[in-house]
Amino acid sequence: MMRKGILGRKIGMTQIFLENGELVPVTVVQAEPNVVLQKKTVETDGYNAIQLGFEDIDKPEAYEEGSKLTPKAKKPEIGHAAKANTTPKRYIREIRDANVDEYELGQEVTVEIFQPGDRVDVTGRTKGKGFQGSIKRHGFARGPMSHGSRFHRQGGSMGSIDGARVFKGKKLPGRMGNNQVTIQNLEIVKVVPEENVLLIKGNIPGPRKSVVKIQSSVKAK
Amino acid sequence: MQELIHNLTKDQLRTDIPDFRPGDTVRVHAKVVEGNRERIQVFEGVVLKRQNGGIHETFTVRKISYGVGVERTFPLHSPRIEKIEVVRRGKVRRAKLNYLRERRGKAARIQERM
Repeated sequence: MMRKGILGRKIGMTQIFLENGELVPVTVVQAEPNVVLQKKTVETDGYNAIQLGFEDIDKPEAYEEGSKLTPKAKKPEIGHAAKANTTPKRYIREIRDANVDEYELGQEVTVEIFQPGDRVDVTGRTKGKGFQGSIKRHGFARGPMSHGSRFHRQGGSMGSIDGARVFKGKKLPGRMGNNQVTIQNLEIVKVVPEENVLLIKGNIPGPRKSVVKIQSSVKAK
Repeated sequence: MQELIHNLTKDQLRTDIPDFRPGDTVRVHAKVVEGNRERIQVFEGVVLKRQNGGIHETFTVRKISYGVGVERTFPLHSPRIEKIEVVRRGKVRRAKLNYLRERRGKAARIQERM
């Protein structure tokens, strides 16, 4: 299957009424037009993909002749973007298994690639939770809080004494969140091309303002 | 960013909703879908509270049906609400009338607002 995709920013959640009066919770994602920076093919790279760039690093004026602004982008970034005849982009991600023939270098990809009813997978970074105990982090059960139990929120046994060590992968307290997570098979409820906005049913990973990748679902029929 | 969300839902907000407050008695004409048939069901009772704002706003109506208290919460801007009639305006000193749940008969009366 050929996949389509776009990068955008999570704006927040709201709810809208469908035509039949049903109230659906939606996440608002704003995706300003992305630019195709590179095309990867089986012959050159071993797989098919398009590379999308999202959001300028500098103001476009910084690249004009005689401009007072100094570009913050590094030379390799400028050179890479110049091949697609555009300005350097802050976020660069690949859409694997895209139909490479459909795209030109420098072509803009907008939210209009999706229609209401399409199924998508959304990839983002979850909110960081900091150092958390095993109850919150791994869903362990809590001990009784009273009656002199003296076992409240501890993690429990470290395992059999036979191993004489703690085995790798033992679920312990530690840093939680800030992981890359993909939520599959979400429905596009509405597309608003004027605002470059997609409304996706349900929630998606990450805090507001975080960058997410939206691509057609692997589970869609 | 909040403004963008506000703009997206702005055109779904209804302007034909009458002004009503907690304590008022209202008749809500709700559309009910049964199979592929649609009919109007009227729910009359006292408004207990209005919650949230914007597109999320809801209101709760309580009535006593065959001696049993029944509460229904409607999204204020739902297209499934045909219309809302204000039958009687009540004078109350709370925004949330949850205390009405413990009252029966005479004690649950609400003075009329003129």
